[in-house]
Amino acid sequence: MIIIVDYEAGNITSVKRALDYLNIPSKISPDPDEVINAERIIFPGVGHAAAAMKVLQQRKLDTALKQAFLKGTPILGICIGTQIILSHSEEGNTNCLGLIDGECLKFSFNDKSLKIPHIGWNSISIQKNHPVLKSIKPGDEFYFVHSYYPNPSDSKSVLAVCDYGITFAAVIAKTNLIATQFHPEKSGPVGLKLLTGFSQWNGSYAE
Amino acid sequence: MLSKRIISCLDVRNGKLAKSVKFVNTKDIGDPVVTAQKYYEYGIDELVFYDITASSDNRNIMIDVVSEVASKIFIPFSVGGGLRTVEDCTKVRLAGAEKINVNTAAVNNPDLITAASQTLGAQAVVLSMDVLSVPVSSQIPSGYQIVTHGGRTQTGIDAIEWAKKGEKLGAGELVVNSIDADGTKNGYEINLTRMIADAVSIPVIASGGGGKPQHLYEVLTEGHADAALIASMLHYGEYTVKQIKDYLKQRGIKIRST
Repeated sequence: MIIIVDYEAGNITSVKRALDYLNIPSKISPDPDEVINAERIIFPGVGHAAAAMKVLQQRKLDTALKQAFLKGTPILGICIGTQIILSHSEEGNTNCLGLIDGECLKFSFNDKSLKIPHIGWNSISIQKNHPVLKSIKPGDEFYFVHSYYPNPSDSKSVLAVCDYGITFAAVIAKTNLIATQFHPEKSGPVGLKLLTGFSQWNGSYAE
Repeated sequence: MLSKRIISCLDVRNGKLAKSVKFVNTKDIGDPVVTAQKYYEYGIDELVFYDITASSDNRNIMIDVVSEVASKIFIPFSVGGGLRTVEDCTKVRLAGAEKINVNTAAVNNPDLITAASQTLGAQAVVLSMDVLSVPVSSQIPSGYQIVTHGGRTQTGIDAIEWAKKGEKLGAGELVVNSIDADGTKNGYEINLTRMIADAVSIPVIASGGGGKPQHLYEVLTEGHADAALIASMLHYGEYTVKQIKDYLKQRGIKIRST
C-alpha cells in the first residue's frame, strides 16, 4: 500500500487516480503514524513552499517524513514535494525538510521568450541509472509546471536533468528517496511507467 | 527544450461532444470521454473542455464528465464554461481538472481571476479571451476587441490591454480565440496571436481557425504561440494527432513524440 501524504497540496487526487488506474493500492492520508508505518510513500504537491511547510508542521508530517526516510521507506517526491525535501527554498525564503542537501531556486531569464512558469512537456536526460527510471527512454518527455527548480548541493544526487534556459535537476535521489520536478501523474504513458517502477522498487539504490 | 503543445478543444453540451462553427448551429458529434481517450492514446499533449450547456440545471453532468476523464487520461486538461465563482472553479479542480478556464465571467468580474489564482495557484488559471477585429480607434488602439457571449456582446475592451491585465491579475496562461477565424479552417489569426504573445510573459495558446497542419506551423512560428488549439480538424477525422505532429516535427518544431 502506498500512502499519499495529504497536506492540502493540489494534485493529490490526480496521483490517486493514476495509481487506481494502474491497480496499485494506495491511500491518501494526513496521519503521521500512517506515514511512518507506510510500506511506500508518495509526497506530491502543487503550491507554495512556505504554505506547504506550514501544513506539514501543523500535522507533524515533517517529522513523520524524516522518520520514514531514515528507516528506509521508499519515497517518491513530486514537484513541490521534490522542492521541499531540500534544505531551503527561495520561495518565501523557507526552511525545508533537508532530506537532501541543497536549495530550491527561482528561474530568472534575460530572454523574455522563456516564460515563467516553465509549463509544458520537456524531455529529460538521464545521467545515472536508477531502478525507478528503468523503463524511461532517452527523449521521453514529461509534464512540468514550476517557477522554482531543485538545486542539490551534491551533483551525485542528480539522476536526470532538463533544459529550460539553464540545465536543472529534473530527478534527484538519495538512498531510498527519489523525487521528480515533473508530474508523472500528468505525463501520459511514460509517467505511468515511472509510477509503476516506483511501486516495484524496494528502496535500495547505490549512488 | 520545451515542446510546443498541441491541445484539442472539446465543446461539451449536456454531456455530449459538440463543435460549434462561428458559435452557431452546433451539432452533437459524440461522447467527450471516448473522444478524449482516443486523442490521449494518439498523443495529444493537453485537452480543453468547454461546457456550453445552456441550462445551469445540467452543470453537474459536466462534473461527471470531468471526473471520468480524470480517471482515464493522464495528461493535463482544463475545463471552462459557466465558471462564475471560485467555488465553481474549485469544484472542477477537485473533480480532476488540472486547470480552470474563465472567459466571460472574468470580463464581468476581473477579481475572479485573482481569487481563483490565489486559491488554486496561477498555474491552474487559464484566461480565455474571445477577440473580434474592429476598426482601430482611440478606445481599441490594437484593432482587436474583447467580445463575450460567443461574440454577440462587444465590451469596448482592447484585447492587448485585457491580456496584460489578465496576466497581472494572476492568470497563468492565455487562450486567444479569434472569433473572426473560428470555424473557418482558414488559419489562425497570426497577427493577433503575435501581438498578445509579445505583450505578456505567460504562455499563449492560439485558438480559432486551425484547419491544416500548416496553420499550426504558422501560428507556432510567426504567431509566437506556445501552443495551438485544434478542434474540427481532429473531430471530423480529417487529420490524426500523429499526422499533425509529424508535419510540425519535419519542419523543425520541437514536439513531444509518443
